[in-house]
Amino acid sequence: MSHADWEMVVGLEVHVQLKTRTKAFCGCSAAFGAAPNANTCPVCLALPGALPVLNAHAVELAIRAALATECTVHERSVFARKNYFYPDLPKGYQISQFDQPIATQGRIVIDVDGTDKVVGITRIHMEEDAGKSVHDRFAGFTAIDLNRSGVPLVEIVSEPDIRSPAEAGAYLRKLRSILLYAGVSDCSMEEGSLRVDANVSARRTGETALRTRTEIKNLNSFSAVEKALHLEWDRHVTTWKTNGTIEQQTMLWDQNRGTVRRARSKEGSHDYRYFPEPDLPPLVLDRRAIDEARASLPELPDARRARFARDYGLGAYDADVLTATRELADYFEAAARDSGDAKHAANWVTGVVLATIKERGLDIASFAALLPASRLAGVIAMMKDGSVSSSAAKTIFALMLEGPGDAPAQAAREGLLQVGDDAQLRQWVDEVWAEHPAEAARLAAGDRKLLGPLTGLVMKKSGGSADPRKVNQLLAARAGT
Amino acid sequence: MPVSRDDVRHIAALARLGLADDRLDALVGELNGILGHMEVLQKVESAGAAQAAESARAGMTLRPDVEGAVPLARAREDVAPKTREGFFLVPRLATHDDSAEA
Amino acid sequence: MSRTARVEASFARAAEVKAGADGLNCIISADREQSLADAAAVQGGALAGVPVVIKDNLATLTLPTTCGSRVLAGYVSPYEATAVRRLRAAGAVVVGKSNMDEFAMGSSTENSAYGPARNPLDPTRVPGGSSGGSAAAVAAGIAPIALGSETGGSVRQPAAFCGIVGVKPTYGRVSRFGLVAYASSLDCVAPFGRTVDDAALALEVISGHDANDATCAVRDAPVLRAGAGRLDGVVIGVPREYFPPTLDAAIRQRCDAALDALRARGAAVREVSLPHTDLAIPVYYIIAPAECSSNLARFDGVRYGMRVEGDGLQAMYEATRSQGFGAEVTRRILLGTYVLSAGYYDAYYGKAQEVRALIARDFTRVFADGVHALFTPTTPTTAFALGSISDPYEMYLSDIFTVTANLAGIPAMSLPIGRVGGLPVGGQLMAPHFGEAAMFRVAYALEDELGAEAHQ
Repeated sequence: MSHADWEMVVGLEVHVQLKTRTKAFCGCSAAFGAAPNANTCPVCLALPGALPVLNAHAVELAIRAALATECTVHERSVFARKNYFYPDLPKGYQISQFDQPIATQGRIVIDVDGTDKVVGITRIHMEEDAGKSVHDRFAGFTAIDLNRSGVPLVEIVSEPDIRSPAEAGAYLRKLRSILLYAGVSDCSMEEGSLRVDANVSARRTGETALRTRTEIKNLNSFSAVEKALHLEWDRHVTTWKTNGTIEQQTMLWDQNRGTVRRARSKEGSHDYRYFPEPDLPPLVLDRRAIDEARASLPELPDARRARFARDYGLGAYDADVLTATRELADYFEAAARDSGDAKHAANWVTGVVLATIKERGLDIASFAALLPASRLAGVIAMMKDGSVSSSAAKTIFALMLEGPGDAPAQAAREGLLQVGDDAQLRQWVDEVWAEHPAEAARLAAGDRKLLGPLTGLVMKKSGGSADPRKVNQLLAARAGT
Repeated sequence: MPVSRDDVRHIAALARLGLADDRLDALVGELNGILGHMEVLQKVESAGAAQAAESARAGMTLRPDVEGAVPLARAREDVAPKTREGFFLVPRLATHDDSAEA
Repeated sequence: MSRTARVEASFARAAEVKAGADGLNCIISADREQSLADAAAVQGGALAGVPVVIKDNLATLTLPTTCGSRVLAGYVSPYEATAVRRLRAAGAVVVGKSNMDEFAMGSSTENSAYGPARNPLDPTRVPGGSSGGSAAAVAAGIAPIALGSETGGSVRQPAAFCGIVGVKPTYGRVSRFGLVAYASSLDCVAPFGRTVDDAALALEVISGHDANDATCAVRDAPVLRAGAGRLDGVVIGVPREYFPPTLDAAIRQRCDAALDALRARGAAVREVSLPHTDLAIPVYYIIAPAECSSNLARFDGVRYGMRVEGDGLQAMYEATRSQGFGAEVTRRILLGTYVLSAGYYDAYYGKAQEVRALIARDFTRVFADGVHALFTPTTPTTAFALGSISDPYEMYLSDIFTVTANLAGIPAMSLPIGRVGGLPVGGQLMAPHFGEAAMFRVAYALEDELGAEAHQ
């Protein structure tokens, strides 16, 4: 249903698991997939007397996430307790940050139908994850696994700058890409290393104040976010239009039904009684550490895309595809440099390489193990200098996937080398010229249409091994055109 | 600011304390008695004192991202009231869609 | 005496004075066979073979850690507190866990779920609290050293009531890892000793940086054992707020005698002022309950300790916690939850932290002004009779001279300075942050100068 004159206002809260080896506050492994409660210790079990000690690498990654999103990193930030009862929250409070987070005021630029739009980031703060509650494994019980309890997270809160589901999707994709480039997290919604809560409200276009918002949880994919926003906004507008009121409440996305519904009423209220965490002195960062983190940031997606377009003369689409992940961009760039032919490298990577990856269910890292960029570059270079035709190159590519050996060796072995040797080619050209005097005469008189057929005849004479471009050149030169 | 019976009931719920009604009335009196003694603080001029103290505080020491948790001398199962297949068990939540508050 | 013989003697003494529930009720769990085995296994160390008693809120591996509460009845910790580990690494032998006010909330050890503890000098009276059991054990001769914990005076006050030495180190001097938290920004592991030297030794052994506690200072253990010497050039400050007109005359007289003793050793005595002293109890009783309300949330019956099943999860939480916690703990959790709750944070907790900073500043100012240590009475009264104080706030007032040091984080200690009506009186010393060495220097001298008078 379209609601002309009504606007969607969305803010997104994204929780991202930091890629550390150990948990935020203890030396337990943060790895996924261990047996229930295998990765626990007095600290993350909240045994009486246990105390938290903060993971330095988690801080580093949080700083990187903040810098990659252009936030101001605060040299002094404070941890706080967020108090509530839930069985997968062993201490009865979550160690988080409240009024003095590690970073504030960043931005992400998204593409909305070809125009750039800035979405502000209000804040980024560090906190610990809770454990997992499994409700249907043992009848009558909820089973608690605390392996995830204490894994370090950052929460990234956007300004309510998003105005449509598509913008929300674009924001999430861009944020994910930035965080992947920065090496901060695996950012996988399927694996739970990236979670999204969406805050949505509606207002008439032109209103400046914000109306009551609702929060949607349990979103399990970017497309779910887009769908859920649309549905929930629709409900808001319909309600306002019929003079109803929107209550501030939590909503849940139901993946099975594809609907958004109210969460059952909470037991007790949301009074988190935040206070500064007395077990942790303030986090004081030295300026130098922040500068080092900034220097160690890789080139981020937007900058890399712009540089590819500029330095390699790539079109927007290709630049986009090739910078989808840092690994792919690295692969392409290595192939481009080694082969000296960025255009062909782009074609190959966006075409045959990505197709192969998809077909074989690989990722770029395992593809690169199979066929490093330098070997691919070899094939491209041979095409560039005319040693092989493009169809031969494809054959060589397929062969190289199966076994070792560089491109020239493969080509030679398979008899795919094009003859580019001038003397041999001239001989073939001369023969054809002599054998087809009528066509030769017409070509010499200026009828360029004969170039193709005559080239074809030379190719036939060479058994397909002649370099057609060179043949073409020689014929043209012979014709004096 | 005196607390009422409802206030105490509300706080007890926040703290999951399960107070019986007869306890409630006694507690209202006790808490108000104690809180009465706190009023004196309102008259004290103190702005900025805590912040000044905080800024002077040294920052925390961090730990390296290396595995090495404090080991447990006894199995979790031996310490916990109810476990099964390595999980801690609690009565099933009313609906698993009563999502956690974070 | 061999190590096992020493431990045997300790157990014999415990039996003689009836340390268990049938008597003083200062020891609530012990394992004679384990202790003897531990003694036999000792290789060496500064405390080789010395029997020690551990307050029941410090995690130990074989004896339970109940914190004087039903909610942890029978709970045996699967890891050990750093302070206990260090004592044992120095060869000490744990001979028992001591009774305490539940979760360290109290000033008399009458708030224990395991019954009150009694003062060995007069079993109709309290030994003080919350570390009353440890104090009684040392006073009764069961062990020369015991560990307690301090949040508002819980070691100094029992030390004063029982006629022994009790030391609160600087906050951050000793690791809190394994000390069950009551109020995290105030809690300290704190030793008792029969003498100043015993306490000094214990503190040397347990102090020092611990990577498991982010609030533990990155410092080596201090050198404290000096022996008694002169105090020429030492300036002792006497804060007038600790000597109000209402102070018991007999206690005042003992304090005056102690000051004379200090002068006899060459110290100068100067009157000073700590003007925000009278705000300390309200500040403490906002901050400590606030932090405790959060620290005790983990007692929910899910992963350890008592569980009372209920009709659903919330019922389980409420039944477990209402049956597990005693009246004082319940009161403080409620108070703490209230002062942190929406709308009240600034007026109570926020304000209390501001005034706390003013209290701390009082000390900083005085110490910056040429005062090396402060001297005050430890408590306004001697040990009171069991059951004689029922009003919660009146009980809180017995911490009136001790709470300031916890709020400021500075080191403080109590040592015996005489008797009144046969009951011990404690004199308190306080020093600047990490100034334990200076504080002990004065303590050694005072103890030596007073000699037998300290127990008369």
